[in-house]
Amino acid sequence: MKILVPVKRVIDYNVKPRVKADGTGVDLANVKMSMNPFDEIAVEEAIRIKEAGKADEIVAVSIGPAKAQETLRTALAMGADRAILVQTDDEIEPLAVAKILKAIYEAEEPGLVILGKQAIDDDSNQTGQMLAALTGRPQGTFANTVEIDGDSVTVKREIDGGLETVKLTLPAIVTTDLRLNEPRYASLPNIMKAKSKPLDTKSPADYGVDTAPRLTTTNVSEPPVRQAGIKVADVDELVAKIKALGIA
Amino acid sequence: MIAREPAMDLSPYDSEDFPEIREGVRRLCAQFPGEYWRRLDAAREYPSEFVAALTEAGWLSVLIPEEYGGSGLGLSAAAAILETIQAEGCNGGACHAQMYIMGTILRHGSEDQKREYLPRIASGELRLQAFGVTEPTSGTDTTALRTTAVRDGDEYVVNGQKIWTSRAEHSDLMLLLARTTPREDAAKKTDGLSTFIVDMREVAGKSLTIRPIRTMMNHATTEVFFDNMRIPASALVGEEGKGFRYILSGMNAERSLIAAECVGDAKWFIRKAAAYAGERQVFGRAIGANQGVAFPIARAYANMRAAELMVHEAARLYEAGKPMGAEANMAKMLAADASVEAGNACIQTHGGFGFAEEYDIERKFRETRLYQVAPISTNLILSYLAEHVLGMPRSY
Repeated sequence: MKILVPVKRVIDYNVKPRVKADGTGVDLANVKMSMNPFDEIAVEEAIRIKEAGKADEIVAVSIGPAKAQETLRTALAMGADRAILVQTDDEIEPLAVAKILKAIYEAEEPGLVILGKQAIDDDSNQTGQMLAALTGRPQGTFANTVEIDGDSVTVKREIDGGLETVKLTLPAIVTTDLRLNEPRYASLPNIMKAKSKPLDTKSPADYGVDTAPRLTTTNVSEPPVRQAGIKVADVDELVAKIKALGIA
Repeated sequence: MIAREPAMDLSPYDSEDFPEIREGVRRLCAQFPGEYWRRLDAAREYPSEFVAALTEAGWLSVLIPEEYGGSGLGLSAAAAILETIQAEGCNGGACHAQMYIMGTILRHGSEDQKREYLPRIASGELRLQAFGVTEPTSGTDTTALRTTAVRDGDEYVVNGQKIWTSRAEHSDLMLLLARTTPREDAAKKTDGLSTFIVDMREVAGKSLTIRPIRTMMNHATTEVFFDNMRIPASALVGEEGKGFRYILSGMNAERSLIAAECVGDAKWFIRKAAAYAGERQVFGRAIGANQGVAFPIARAYANMRAAELMVHEAARLYEAGKPMGAEANMAKMLAADASVEAGNACIQTHGGFGFAEEYDIERKFRETRLYQVAPISTNLILSYLAEHVLGMPRSY
């Protein structure tokens, strides 16, 4: 079985984003970028499935600027076998991403597509679901556990009330949640090997996908600054304050 | 995922020079936060888990050629690894020598020695991170060393003593420099010294005694005593009597790498100091708004960047096979000065908190202070430059 793992290059999770002064977006100049952490979990899960002998090839794919090659090299260093970069400097919305992934899905015929439940930059949480709809394949979102068994995959999903277990027929689309696994870090020998693993570069036009945006961002603003708190002398005063504020 | 200090590139090298190597090392280091190092520091314990993680991920075998199981990269890749370890708040001093001591075997050892040792050093099965050179009565005046190795049939018999032998308790092998021809019988005082690979597992507790020395930081240094220690004649590296030249060639690599570690330390201090100066409010504004606070950090930054350039210049020359003794020495001096300056600025910026263990600053300061003295003290670097680069009279 082949596993397809879409990965996105995003602002590093440690960086405090700065909103551009004109409110059109987040300033990305000289900002450290990394693989979307949820996608990293997806890469790790794919590697574990392969290590368990249930997959024989992992293909990482990224859609974005030339620099997204670095993100793909990270996936290759972790253990993916080859990579596809769909290179574009345009902003690509989730629907266009899903359409490109559908085309790659049809070309590659993977048994499983596993990707992050959302990217930490725009928090859309749409790509996996859209891809499932476009391909007409079953989806298991917010995966906490993924078990491949023959021609099906059992996914425990993180839902508000706890965990929900679904069994999907392969090929299926799985999106990963935070607690699925702890991604490994790449070793030096694997970083070296990743340099010589195949990385194909394509364009959205190669897949016949129109990536023109359908959404307009009207404004991006900083979250409101948190108001300063107050200090209380003792528990009694704390309780009185809470009561006065009507919190409890 | 473990939260890290806010990512801030302090130099173009942070994102352009071996970015994937730096990122890999950063991720590993994120598993070893300040609490880990504080706990070890208090107990003066060796960071075994950290060293094991570095070994397993292949970071310590970066300089070993691929045919012997390493990654076969150059000095600048090794420098990027060590710099990043320090810049992330960890300490490579516990194992940096595992990277470079093997260079003596690689350059001067026989093919049998290379095949026997290098693959197992690359895998971490064998640790070669103890270097027996310095003696109580001969520091930088290396040729005056008194430890002797006398040939007796198929063996050498070693007697004498070494001091400041770091990591001897955490190493399987030791690279030993001993006199095989008495100084008075040698044509030159630099002749008659020989280099050996001592398998300490065979002799420790018997003819080899290792005694730890407690120091101001957690550095696992020791003194070692040889009492009729018998080692096989096959332990000799290269030709008898030429050992001094063999170790000199390794010292330039060592100095460049330790300079890279100091640059990393300086980056850690500067990042910490700048962040705190921007946050800490006194008299209604951030203390960094005061030039008296900001300027020392800015100056330390400029000096760090200058030292960083010299480290890269030293590595560039080394990799091109060109002479770089002056650059290696200058890199070590400038970087060690920059890290102490940055450490000072960091403590001063933090006021009392700079002394509090939980801020890690005092620990990092103690650790980086070592490099004013080791592996070569600043005065000897200045003497070298004065005499060998500028042609002034020898001062000692």
